[in-house]
Amino acid sequence: MNEVVKLTAKDWASDQEVRWCPGCGDYAVLKAVQRTMPDLGTAREKTVFVSGIGCSSRFPYYMASYGFHTIHGRAPAVATGVKLANPELDVWIITGDGDALSIGGNHTMHLLRRNLDCQLLLFNNEIYGLTKGQYSPTSRIGTRTPSTPFGSVDRPANPCSFALGAGARFIARAIDVHKSLPDVLKDAHGHRGASFVEIFQNCVVYNDDVFASFTAKEFAADRQLWLTQGEKMLFGGGTKGISFDRERMVLTIVDAADSGVLVHDRKNRTLAQLLIEMPATAGFPVALGVIYEDPAPTFESAVLDQNRTIAAGKKPDLQALVAKGQSWQVEKEPRAE
Amino acid sequence: MASATHLITDDEAHARPPLESMVVRFAGDSGDGMQLTGGQFTLSTALAGNDLATFPDFPAEIRAPQGTTFGVSAFQINFGSTAIDTAGDQPDVLVAMNPAALKVNVKSLRDGGLIIADEGEFTSRNLTKAGYDANPLDDDSLARWQLVRFNISQLTLDAVKPFGLGNKEALRCKNMWTLGLALWMFDRSRQPIVDWLTTKFAKAPQLAEANIAALNAGHAYGETVEMGASVRQHHIAAAPVEPGLYRTVTGAESLAVGLVAGAQLAGLDMLFGSYPITPASPLLHHLSRLKEFGITTFQAEDEIAAICAAIGASYAGKLGITSSSGPGIALKTEAIGLAVMTELPLVIVNSQRGGPSTGLPTKTEQSDLYQAVYGRNGDAPLPVIAARSPADAFDCAIEACRIATRYMTPVMLLTDGYIANAAEPWKVPEMSGYAPFPVHFHDDAPPVGEGVMPYARNEDLARPWIRPGTPGLEHRIGGIEKAPVSGNIDYSPEAHAEMTRLRAAKVANVAHSIPDQQVCLGNEGGRLAVVGWGSTFGPIHQAVRRARLRGLDVAHIHIRHIAPMPKNMSVLLKGYEHILVPEMNSGQLKTILRDQFLVDACPLAKTTGQPFTIAEIEAAIEGMLR
Repeated sequence: MNEVVKLTAKDWASDQEVRWCPGCGDYAVLKAVQRTMPDLGTAREKTVFVSGIGCSSRFPYYMASYGFHTIHGRAPAVATGVKLANPELDVWIITGDGDALSIGGNHTMHLLRRNLDCQLLLFNNEIYGLTKGQYSPTSRIGTRTPSTPFGSVDRPANPCSFALGAGARFIARAIDVHKSLPDVLKDAHGHRGASFVEIFQNCVVYNDDVFASFTAKEFAADRQLWLTQGEKMLFGGGTKGISFDRERMVLTIVDAADSGVLVHDRKNRTLAQLLIEMPATAGFPVALGVIYEDPAPTFESAVLDQNRTIAAGKKPDLQALVAKGQSWQVEKEPRAE
Repeated sequence: MASATHLITDDEAHARPPLESMVVRFAGDSGDGMQLTGGQFTLSTALAGNDLATFPDFPAEIRAPQGTTFGVSAFQINFGSTAIDTAGDQPDVLVAMNPAALKVNVKSLRDGGLIIADEGEFTSRNLTKAGYDANPLDDDSLARWQLVRFNISQLTLDAVKPFGLGNKEALRCKNMWTLGLALWMFDRSRQPIVDWLTTKFAKAPQLAEANIAALNAGHAYGETVEMGASVRQHHIAAAPVEPGLYRTVTGAESLAVGLVAGAQLAGLDMLFGSYPITPASPLLHHLSRLKEFGITTFQAEDEIAAICAAIGASYAGKLGITSSSGPGIALKTEAIGLAVMTELPLVIVNSQRGGPSTGLPTKTEQSDLYQAVYGRNGDAPLPVIAARSPADAFDCAIEACRIATRYMTPVMLLTDGYIANAAEPWKVPEMSGYAPFPVHFHDDAPPVGEGVMPYARNEDLARPWIRPGTPGLEHRIGGIEKAPVSGNIDYSPEAHAEMTRLRAAKVANVAHSIPDQQVCLGNEGGRLAVVGWGSTFGPIHQAVRRARLRGLDVAHIHIRHIAPMPKNMSVLLKGYEHILVPEMNSGQLKTILRDQFLVDACPLAKTTGQPFTIAEIEAAIEGMLR
């Protein structure tokens, strides 16, 4: 056995100059991914980053692995082909709120329901950055942009609700600059199947501080609920907890000492939905970390299993295939004589 | 030889027009099983050694309201003892299973032709539904033709009585009764049909027996009942063919096995990404059963995902193939551009149908040529090849795989609804006669410190195919403009101009590995060349043959490689005084020929959703030479 030299974050950085705006949250995510990769133990040549179009979709160019910068919204479809062709590859999809939920919403839905083994990192900045600041499907009502000068009127999509509805078996949330991002990435990588990770990413140019109400230092304790499997759902510096009101079937905020404080169970899909949709307007924190995980068979393994089972014992005889069906032999040209 | 790609020999070219051929059309309600009847009649005809061509013509609705004219489904077969290239201009025999089928089809029957009608279905209710005021079987409206009428429905019910089927199930056997009669008329063996029924209804032996009884009853009816001279037994001698093993194929079947062969000759597994669409779906159906050939089929969520998955698979080292019809190809267009830009092998099959938009889903047209050649944003050239017949689709599929893998490019393979559904006899190819074209995956990692060069080029100008998983060759590709050789993002004017040039020059290079354009009938140079592509082969070939028999100086040129064209095309075309281009569109190849060669190509357009008749092209030839 060759001695395996552990790579560093630097080994995972390509020689290309990073071209995001100074201060963009994408830098933090890139660093977190480059820092996490050495710990995952996958070789660079076995890793493929596939992206669509948008600011975040430039990501693959900056990784020293294989990378494919495809077309708007279609990264999940390309990734499906890559994984079906070679299931050994570790496939990461890099996408944004417009790419994954607007133009590519259909592919995101089907990737998740099929449960292709991959990691999908959705950089949510609630804006179209690359096209200079139009509102996106996750922008809140009233967002003023060049295309909505009087404020947007349509209701935003909640990416994790969408993922849960589509049948995702792994759903997590993280923040671009938060120290927990590598842990979330490791969990996502460890999950076999489609791992959906929404990353709140600050667009410093077109939507600065849009998440500040829960990411800013002064609000973090009160507005962030970091979930850990088997542990109580506490926030507010350990002073407050999340409980369930059985009568109204809703979550409530209670004192940390309350006996009803819930313990996080990643496998509980109903709880996941309640956590994803906790209303910020009613003083609830934002649920972060791994919200839901319940593994199921993956798409590519089901396809390959069937391919193998059906093909078992059959000889791929091309000559027999072209001659298949009812055929007849002509011995000689009937009017040759 | 016996196929629609049959090239007429000198002897045949000087022979009289074939007398020993017959055109039969079976027409009925879409629930009457006419396609099945036609398909089985085709099989027995092929087994009898006749050459043949067929034309299935069915409605877009799966089960249109019963008895209506828009629910009529028809199957036409032309068979004979000489080379048959078309499904026939005018039927000699029309089998009409109800008034609507008669109404829709009788106008195309030749004068003096034979109508066989199921009078049991000519009820006042059905006559009204078909829009007849009076029963045409009883008035003089069918006087131009010979009419034979029996109560096929009742005769079928009588024949299957012993099997205790319900009335509805029993009546379903009437297509077999009709087939039995047709088999008698043309002296065909019933055994293949009996075998087929036995297999088909293996799990319901009662249905098998009932259908066989109906088949036998129809046959016996012909044998024993005196029906007059019009319905007599016809014996059509076997057509002259090269010795060998033959089978019938539809275009969808030959295309499927051709793609399998192409992937095997390239030494690759295949990922076939597709989304259901008429008339392209049969290709997905056929390939989904062939897993032992290393084929993975992926029914995607939409047309875009289907091609994107194929592109992803090609990127990862399989042969990505996608297939659709015009509307689906339109959806795939942006992804085709990605394959052009990233220079990945990909085969895109377009089974054309009438357009635009939803158009005529079940009818045939060849109106997607502009789409294939020009239909992308940016300067995005790619090779385009077109199949001329069901049998030819096999070789075209292999050729598409060869070009895609050798030149690292998407290739558009055009076929159409007519080719996909029509059947013809096919001499089973000897696969050892096909030269393999194994691909080479680049796996030499550069020395440490030197970059990977994914856009370096070989003598064909093709770039290396580097599979993810190959150590030391990690690199990034994408749809964004790039520097030559390194492939790094580069929007500079020099990079875009050079990459645009290289992409076009690479596709132009395909011309170096394709054969010169041949004249398939007639001389090189002369007064008139009739130039066609795709499924118009049959009618053009026969029309040119007939015109030549009458002494006209006319030649037939049929183009497989539409982009790039064979290298001799310019010189060849300029050798004729006139050029006529019959197309089932409003003149698309005509435009391309004028554009590329500055020749005065004259269009002969047909946009009815029906194939050309020989007579239409013959008349145009005469018009040009008058």
